[in-house]
Amino acid sequence: MASYTISINNQKKTVEVDPDTPLLWVLRDELNLKGTKYGCGIGQCGACTVLVDGNASRSCSIQVKDAIDLNITTIEGLSEDGTHPLQNAWIEHDVPQCGYCQAGQIMSAAALLKKNANPTDQDIQEAMHGNICRCGTYLRIRAAIKTAAKNA
Amino acid sequence: MKRRRFFKVSGVAGGGLVLGIGCMQCAEPEVRRKVLEMPETWHEINSYLKIGNNGVVTIYSPNPEIGQNVKTSMPMIVAEELDVDWENVLVEQAGLNTEWFSRQVAGGSQSIRKEWLSLREGGAKARQMLINAAAQQWNIDASSCSTDNGYVIGPDGQKLGYGELADAAAALEIPESVELKSNDSFTKIGKSHQNVDGLKIATGKPLFGIDTQREGMVYASVLRPPAFGKSLESYDDKRAREVNGVIDIIKFGNKIAVIAQSNWQAMKAKKLLEAKWSSLSLESTADHDQILTKLLDESTNESFRKDGDVNQAFADADEVVSRVYESPFLPHNCLEPMNFYASVTDEKVELHGPIQTPAWCRSRVSKILDRPEEEIEVTMTRMGGGFGRRLYGDFSDEAAEISSLAKRPIQLLFTREDDMTAGTYRPAIKYKIEASIKDGSITGYRLSEASINSNMYGLIPNFFPAGAIPNLEVRGHKYDSNITTGAWRAPYTNFLAYAEQSFFDELADQLSKDPVDLRMELYEAAIPVAEEDDNIEYEPKRMQGVLQLAVEKSGYGNKPSNVHQGVSVYYSHNTHVAEIADVVVENGTPRVVKVTCAVDCGILVNPIAAKNQVEGGIIDGIGHAMYGELSFDNGKPSADNFNRYRLIRNMEAPEIDVHFVDSKVDPTGLGEPSLPPAGGAVANALYRATGKRIYKQPFVKELEVLG
Ligand code: FES
Ligand code: FES
Repeated sequence: MASYTISINNQKKTVEVDPDTPLLWVLRDELNLKGTKYGCGIGQCGACTVLVDGNASRSCSIQVKDAIDLNITTIEGLSEDGTHPLQNAWIEHDVPQCGYCQAGQIMSAAALLKKNANPTDQDIQEAMHGNICRCGTYLRIRAAIKTAAKNA
Repeated sequence: MKRRRFFKVSGVAGGGLVLGIGCMQCAEPEVRRKVLEMPETWHEINSYLKIGNNGVVTIYSPNPEIGQNVKTSMPMIVAEELDVDWENVLVEQAGLNTEWFSRQVAGGSQSIRKEWLSLREGGAKARQMLINAAAQQWNIDASSCSTDNGYVIGPDGQKLGYGELADAAAALEIPESVELKSNDSFTKIGKSHQNVDGLKIATGKPLFGIDTQREGMVYASVLRPPAFGKSLESYDDKRAREVNGVIDIIKFGNKIAVIAQSNWQAMKAKKLLEAKWSSLSLESTADHDQILTKLLDESTNESFRKDGDVNQAFADADEVVSRVYESPFLPHNCLEPMNFYASVTDEKVELHGPIQTPAWCRSRVSKILDRPEEEIEVTMTRMGGGFGRRLYGDFSDEAAEISSLAKRPIQLLFTREDDMTAGTYRPAIKYKIEASIKDGSITGYRLSEASINSNMYGLIPNFFPAGAIPNLEVRGHKYDSNITTGAWRAPYTNFLAYAEQSFFDELADQLSKDPVDLRMELYEAAIPVAEEDDNIEYEPKRMQGVLQLAVEKSGYGNKPSNVHQGVSVYYSHNTHVAEIADVVVENGTPRVVKVTCAVDCGILVNPIAAKNQVEGGIIDGIGHAMYGELSFDNGKPSADNFNRYRLIRNMEAPEIDVHFVDSKVDPTGLGEPSLPPAGGAVANALYRATGKRIYKQPFVKELEVLG
C-alpha cells in the first residue's frame, strides 16, 4: 500500500492503495464516486470512461501509480448541476434504457465535442465505437450528441 | 428478384385502414428538472401511493426495473387514474411485498399487460378516497364531486388539494370497486414521459446494485469451476492471503470466496488461489452438434401440437422442402455484471440488489439459510440489464451464503470473466423445418426442435403457422447437459423466429410468390381457424395489420435496385411485430442500413419509451444474429470477456423507423417482441442482396464461409 494524490474533478484527493489498483476502483471504492462503471476491466466496453486531460480514457486500464500527474474528470464532475449540453440532450432524447453504460457514453461524447464541435455522423460513430450499450440505445446516443453539439 | 404483389388484404384489424401512430408524440417532452419540495407528513393511501401534506405524491413502482421502463410507465398508469400533475409525482421502487403486490417480476414482457388493471384501480381507488374525504368535509354527496389535476372539485366550485385531504383520505376504507376512466379520456397514457431516473443516470448517481455502499460492508469475489463438469478437489490459498486487504477466504460448496476490503483486492487475490479441479463429465460443442442433429430426426409420440396428418400430406406432395437451422449458446452479457448485497445476522437477512425475481430469491435463500421468509427482506435496485439472466438468483444465493459464513455484510461482484463463464446461457438449438407443396400451396408443415436442456414452452407451438396450414406438427427433443441454460430475452423465439421466417421466405420463392403476399394469404387462411381454436394465440388480422403498415412505411417493392429488402413478421409475448430490413452492398460487403418496424401492442402507454424498447430489441436481435456465439470445449466457454466476444457497436446499428398500430385494446409488453423478427428480416434481406441463404447463426461467420 502507498499513498497517492490524484486530481479528480479539480480537487486533490489522497488515497491509500496498492500501486497497481486501477483508477476505476479508486474512484468507486475509495472515493465513493460510483458514476464511473465497471463493465469488463480490460478496456473493451467503455463503461468506465473518464476524461484524462480532456481525452476519453478507460479508467479500468490506468493504474493509480500512473495517474498522479493527470487531470481526471468523471461524470460527477462534468457539470456542476447536471446541465452540460450532453446531459440535457440525454434527458431530452430519453436515451437510457437500463442506463448502466450511459455515464461512459456521455464521457466519450464529451471528449468528442471538445475536439470537434460539429461532428458528422461518421465522426460520432467512430468516436463512440469503444462504448458498448447492451440495451442498444445507439441511435439515441447519436441523436443526443447532435443535439448537444447544436446547443453547446 | 422482386416480384409484383397481387395480394389484397380483405379485412385488416377490424376491416379498416391501419393507422400508424407516427412519432409526433415522441418529440414533445421538455427536460424535467423541477425539484419538488418535500412534505412534512406523508399519508399512505394504498399499496401504490402515498400523498404528502403539500400535495406531492409518491407512487411506488412495484416491478423490478431492468431497462424496460416500468419504473416510469407503471406509475404513469397510476397517475392517470389518480388525476394528478406528473410534475408533482415522485417514483420510488417498491421492495418485495407479496401482500401488496401480486407479481413483482421482470420477465416475459408481462409487467404492463398483467398489471394494467390493478395499476389503474390503485390510482382510481385513491382518487375516490380523496373525493370521499372532501365530500365528508363539505358534507355533500361524493358523486357530485370530481377531480382536476390534484384537486377535488365540488359542485359549487369548491376546491381542495390532494395534500389537504391526504390525512383524512388515508383513514377511510379503500373502496371495493371503482369506475375507471374511459380510454378516450386519458391525458397521460399515450403521451411521452421521460425516464424518471433520466437525470440521475445522466449525472452518474448511484442507482445500481454494484453501487451499493453500506456500513461495515466488505467485498467478495468467488472462484468457480473453470469448466462445466469440474469439481473442486483441493486448494492452496497461501499466496492469496498475502494480498493487502484480504480478510478471509472461505470454501463453500464447489467454490471459494475471497473476502477483502475492496473489490480490486478481492479480485486480485482470487487470481492467486491455486485450486485443483477434478473432471467429471466435460462436454463440447462438437459433441452437442452431432447429438442435436441426430435428435432432429428422432420421431416421437409426444408432439407439442398436431393438426391433420403431416405424414400423409408429405406423402401426397409434389415436393417437400426441408431445411435445418442452427444456433449457438449465448451469454446474456448484462453490462452490469451480476452482483448482490447480503447481510445475514441472527436477527434478520437483508438482501439488496439487481434481481428480476425477488420473491423467488427470498424463498430460495430461506431454504439455503434455513430461515423463515419473514426474517428475510429483499429490496431491488435499478438493474444494468436483465435479458433473463437476473431471473436466476444464483448470485443472491451466493451472497447470502457468503455473508452467513463470513458473518459480515458483503457485496458480491462477478468479474466480467465470472459473468460470461458462469452463465445460464441461451441453449444451443437446432430446428428442422419441413413443408409439403401440392398444386402450388403449402399442405403440410413440420417443425422439429432439438435443444440443450429444455424445449419450447407454453403456447409457442401454437404461434404462427398453427392454424394457417391444415397438416401441422411441432415436436421437440432435448439433450440433458451440465451446462446451465435458461431464459434469454424472448426465449426460444429469439432463434425460432429467424428460422421460421427464413423458411417462409424460401417457400415464397419456391411458390413464385412475393414474401409479403404469401404471409398475407397464410394469415387469411388462419382467421377462421383461430376463431375456433383457443390455443392459437396470435391474431391473424393483427399480423396482417402490422405487415401492411410495415409495407407502407418501408416503401416495400418501390426501392431503388441497390436496396434489398427482407420481410419478417412475428408474434410473441402477446405483441405482433413486422420488420422489413434494407440491405445494400458496399464494396462487395452487404450492410443493413435500415429496419422499418410496425408494432401492435394495443394501447401505447409511453410512446418515447416504447420506441426505445423497439429500437433496442431490433439492435439486440441483429447484433446477436450477426455476431453472437459461445461454444464449449471440454466444458470451458470459448470467451470470457468482450475482447473475444463480439457485441454490436454503435456504427453497426442501422437506422430504425418504428410505427405503432393505433389500437384501443389493452396494452401488451415491449421488452422482448421486437427482437425475434429482426434476425429473419436481416437474413432475408441478405439473401435478396447476395443470393445466398444463411442457415446458421452467427451470420458473419456464415457470410465468411459463403464468401
Ligand atoms: S470497464 Fe473499462 S472499458 Fe470496460
Ligand atoms: S442503456 Fe443499458 S447498457 Fe446502455
